[in-house]
Amino acid sequence: MSTGEVLLCGQNITRRWGGLVALNQVNVELTRGSVHAVIGTNGAGKSTLINILSGEFPPSEGTVELLGRDVTAWQQPKRARAGLGRSYQRNTIYPSFSVFENCRLAAQATHQKPWAWWQSAQNCELSCGIAESVVARSGLTDLRELSAGLLSHGQKRQLEIAMCLATRPQVLLLDEPLAGMGAEETERMLAMLAELKNEHAILLVEHDMDAVFRIADRVTVMVNGSVIACDSPEAIRSNPLVQMAYLGDHA
Amino acid sequence: MTHSRSIFVALCFALLALFPLVSGSYGVDFVTKIMVFAIFALSLELLVGATGLICFGQAAFFGIGAYAAVLLSSDTDASSIAWLLPTCVAAAAGYALLVGALSLRTKGVYFIMVTLAFAQMAYYVVHDTPLGGGTDGIYLTLKPVLGSWIDLDKGNSLYGFTLACLLLVFGFLAVLNGSRFGRALAGIRVNEQRMRATGFSTYPYKLAAFTLSGGIAGLAGFLFAVKDGFVNPEMMSWHLSGAVLIMIILGGLGHLRGALIGAFAFALLQELFKSEAIFGSFAKHWHLGLGLSIIASVVLLPRGLVGLPEQIRARLLGAKQPGGTGL
Repeated sequence: MSTGEVLLCGQNITRRWGGLVALNQVNVELTRGSVHAVIGTNGAGKSTLINILSGEFPPSEGTVELLGRDVTAWQQPKRARAGLGRSYQRNTIYPSFSVFENCRLAAQATHQKPWAWWQSAQNCELSCGIAESVVARSGLTDLRELSAGLLSHGQKRQLEIAMCLATRPQVLLLDEPLAGMGAEETERMLAMLAELKNEHAILLVEHDMDAVFRIADRVTVMVNGSVIACDSPEAIRSNPLVQMAYLGDHA
Repeated sequence: MTHSRSIFVALCFALLALFPLVSGSYGVDFVTKIMVFAIFALSLELLVGATGLICFGQAAFFGIGAYAAVLLSSDTDASSIAWLLPTCVAAAAGYALLVGALSLRTKGVYFIMVTLAFAQMAYYVVHDTPLGGGTDGIYLTLKPVLGSWIDLDKGNSLYGFTLACLLLVFGFLAVLNGSRFGRALAGIRVNEQRMRATGFSTYPYKLAAFTLSGGIAGLAGFLFAVKDGFVNPEMMSWHLSGAVLIMIILGGLGHLRGALIGAFAFALLQELFKSEAIFGSFAKHWHLGLGLSIIASVVLLPRGLVGLPEQIRARLLGAKQPGGTGL
């Protein structure tokens, strides 16, 4: 489990929707122990990139490699089982289930055993154990029996991450985990990401620039489906091309 | 809460077990029919209530179970339940596997229409080919037996057998819903996209549920054919697919006991509106009364009959609250 090992690699990824080129020859590399942030204006293709990397839909061109294997033709569930976890921009939880059951069901993905119809899921030690630990890790222990739909927005974002972790992934693709969070919740989430990055390779799509520049080890800037820069945060800050295209007066 | 539910279900089954002691043969026949429909409703509940797949062709599996029972029985020797029943269930499950494999590639309203189309195909096969005897249907000469223990033609044995099947199906589905497989189906109902992103290949899960559901519907069809000793194409028509859908909606989706209650409520409402003693000559328009009462129940009972106690409780508490202090 060495730091710096490439876990996910997307090469020359292109996605066309009819005549519209949503992604144009994008290269991205995620290594263990680092946070790779992808920034860009709305419609730059950030979510499309996550969707293609996670297998929600296939690329028009290009390849995706996960843990050294070419997974371009793999369906999303297979990629997930191989160690790819993702969170969604909009909350994608099971609102009618308890917080604990949300995590337990996610953990069950690594241990599905659908034929054992006589065994109660509540007694499934493996999934219950994992759920217990991710609920604690994301600070939701007090809320574990609450229906997930009743959580606050920030808590739902935490639950998203907890569910993502419950599948024991090696690569995390996080689509705006900080969206709509308060200052305190943002701090907690950033602390958690900083802890997670030791063992995982993380792709972070985020609009909160302060957060991105605090936590990212590498930043990719996208405009209209193309990568215009990919560098360390300091170099991105001073890149005139990026300043002109995206950061504007803030830089 | 869960406790009172299990007591309610246990009470229902106890009442059903005791019913033949106090009832004549008409009542026994009527309740047998309702129990068959309850099994049928449970099969659809697995798809609609548990997995979130709205199937509008469930009657095809029911009909295939029924036709298989009649077509495979011999006219000279009573067939054995031991092989006839599993064969009927397998025939229905087999067709469900085929229909599911194709229809589960679609979603939403397309899924509803594709399942309806496959059911209509089965309907026209028995309606328009020599195999099914056309609109007249076919008769079952000898009812199946199990050695010398069970003869479904004698006394209340069919009632007891049907009740045992209902109990087994109910218990099986209750255990199944609590298993990892059942929880995965619930996850698919609530958020299929998330299930896929988490690592569940949802298609095989849905196909397994669909096949299982078809098999259970086939069991109900088998029992229905044995009860009446007769099958006709109406058993595969979309009217029946619609009726069973109404049963589970009436009872309350997402609850096994909803299917049970719904089957009884539907049959009793039907008898009520067909009764000439109450409605006189209007009884021949019973469809109208049944339809209106179903519309009313959907409007007034959004969660079905299962949700009624909670609704009443909320109403009572809600009425008390303004004046009550510290309650």
